[in-house]
Amino acid sequence: MRHLKFSDAIREGIFQSMSNDKNVLVMGLGVTDPKGIFGTTIGLEKKFGAKRVYEIPASENAITGVAIGAALKGARPILVHQRVEFSLLSMEQIINQAAKLNFMSGGKLKVPLVIRLIIGKGWGQGPQHSQSLENIFASIPGLKVISPSNSYDAKGMIIKSIKQNSPVIIFEHRWLHELKNNVPKKFYEVNISKAKVVNKGKDITIVSFSEALIQVKSIKEILIKNKIYPEIIDLRSLRPIDKSTIIKSLKKTKKLLVVDNGWKTFGISSEILSIVFESGIKLKKRPIRIGIKEIPIPSSRFIAEKIYLNPFKIVEAVMKITKKKIKSSDISLFKKKLKMIKTDVPDVFFKGPF
Amino acid sequence: MLAKFYEKMFQIRHIELEISNKYKEQQMRCPVHLSVGQEAIATGVCLALNKKDEIISTHRSHAHYIAKGGNINSFLAELYGKKTGCARGIGGSMHIQDIEAGMIASVPILASSLPIGVGMALKNKLENNNKVVVIFFGDGAMEEGAFYESINFASLHKLKILFICENNFYSVYASLEKRRSNKRNLKKLVSGCGVESKSIDGNDVTKVFEATKKSLSLIKSKHIPYLIEFKTYRWLEHCGPNFDNHLGYRSKKEVNNWIKKDPLKILKNKIKKKNISINFRKIEVRVKKKTAQSFLYAEKSPRPGLEEIKIFEKTLL
Repeated sequence: MRHLKFSDAIREGIFQSMSNDKNVLVMGLGVTDPKGIFGTTIGLEKKFGAKRVYEIPASENAITGVAIGAALKGARPILVHQRVEFSLLSMEQIINQAAKLNFMSGGKLKVPLVIRLIIGKGWGQGPQHSQSLENIFASIPGLKVISPSNSYDAKGMIIKSIKQNSPVIIFEHRWLHELKNNVPKKFYEVNISKAKVVNKGKDITIVSFSEALIQVKSIKEILIKNKIYPEIIDLRSLRPIDKSTIIKSLKKTKKLLVVDNGWKTFGISSEILSIVFESGIKLKKRPIRIGIKEIPIPSSRFIAEKIYLNPFKIVEAVMKITKKKIKSSDISLFKKKLKMIKTDVPDVFFKGPF
Repeated sequence: MLAKFYEKMFQIRHIELEISNKYKEQQMRCPVHLSVGQEAIATGVCLALNKKDEIISTHRSHAHYIAKGGNINSFLAELYGKKTGCARGIGGSMHIQDIEAGMIASVPILASSLPIGVGMALKNKLENNNKVVVIFFGDGAMEEGAFYESINFASLHKLKILFICENNFYSVYASLEKRRSNKRNLKKLVSGCGVESKSIDGNDVTKVFEATKKSLSLIKSKHIPYLIEFKTYRWLEHCGPNFDNHLGYRSKKEVNNWIKKDPLKILKNKIKKKNISINFRKIEVRVKKKTAQSFLYAEKSPRPGLEEIKIFEKTLL
């Protein structure tokens, strides 16, 4: 197996899809520039030409409509925005048109459109460049919404998304781009409506996704050392949500923690709790959800670090639900390690700005 | 006036270069879109305004803030993410504002500043006051729907707005050729909506100032909006403290040609030709001293904490 960065895995998935299907197009502000959307589109224009790879004017709403129009006629456009927030300029086209044209035509029209949205975080990007907003898209019938958390899934899921005959919104967290995982060279698909159990355990089910999931995984060691065995679920798909994987796990653990990637209110975590409540499953302890504090993200790192989730907040929630103790020496060591990590950069090599 | 121009432009240049120098210390931890090379527009436009006139800016807002007379201590403190920042550290470089100085907001989403500026002008009309609103935006913003929609509304309601486009030829790294038809004609485009305009050199501060003065008197006497496109160039990278010639999206020759058209040099040459004696050195020393004090203020300022956002708890939580 070879290791590939998340951003390279996305690029490879797009590259192979374009090689296999001449209808696949790429559009976005920055897709042909030297930085190529954090490396994910580098070389595409050179290989596939300007008729398939479009640098666009700063006209998000119109371009989304253009992509939809081309998709109706059989193209498979991949539209990308360097921040989630830039797609807000095109919400009419996404929600009224892309999500509904199939329905409105009695099933005759199809919109095979992929929209990649990149979530910023850190380095003082502040209120308008670091929002998640997965919940807004995930609440719309007619859209599929996914959020891969590792390179393997990223490649397989983007390939699968491109093959869909309906719009797929992909959330890519900027902090995942540099993370490496095993990625086969071959052209492969990963299901885009299934969650994945990434760690088997019996004491508590922790449901999370995207960058929040990476934080959840980072507490695995301290939990297991203290004989708390978590079952960790990577949602991967936010619409549809894979109810059966969650319920199956809860039947075993009877305890639930949901770690949201964004705000909790009306969020993905709210949806998970609703699903669990409706299922009638009896939990042994009151479930908890945690996420970002319910305010816009401030620019200053001194405040932002208190707004964002951090691994220790997850540990605290696990202790509260399981009522199990973690050795104080382990906790202080864990906190010490956390303090060494800068809270506003994805890795030690990062020198800003994004 | 020429001395004032020089002082303001030098101040912008010096502060921006100091930000660029100190960025590597990793204490200004927010994205910065520096205005080096574009000083003449902010200076010429803002010095033609009255203190009570209002401006609204973009992600590249530092020069506008400085030129309009924003408080430099709280500007730099904002970049350092400090409690004493102009937005208590909450906004960062992309959201600076100094309401007392008439710098109402910086809006980093392309063209989103335009309708907000139009709304400010609408209220001025309702108040029947004499204020003009200046809306700064870049060439990229003109590709958004909100640009046309704002021009149309401003024209329909005869609002006192000066639209200022700073055309630096690139939207991030994408050149105009990649984004626009070569038949596109800005003058015809906006005059079709009933707004007159002109397009001139944005690196000559005296020209910028004169054009602004003229358009302001038109705006005030006829109660109409007006648009000026200034052609200029950003020397440094789109976002960040460095030069970016290594990326290859623009040629070295192109960059060097524009650096030859340095707004500060152009002004200095003009002053020399007119045989006016200005003590540049004295101005520079004064600006440098003040700037150093402001950086010190920012660096020494206290860090903000959760108490900074407490005031929002009732409205947001």
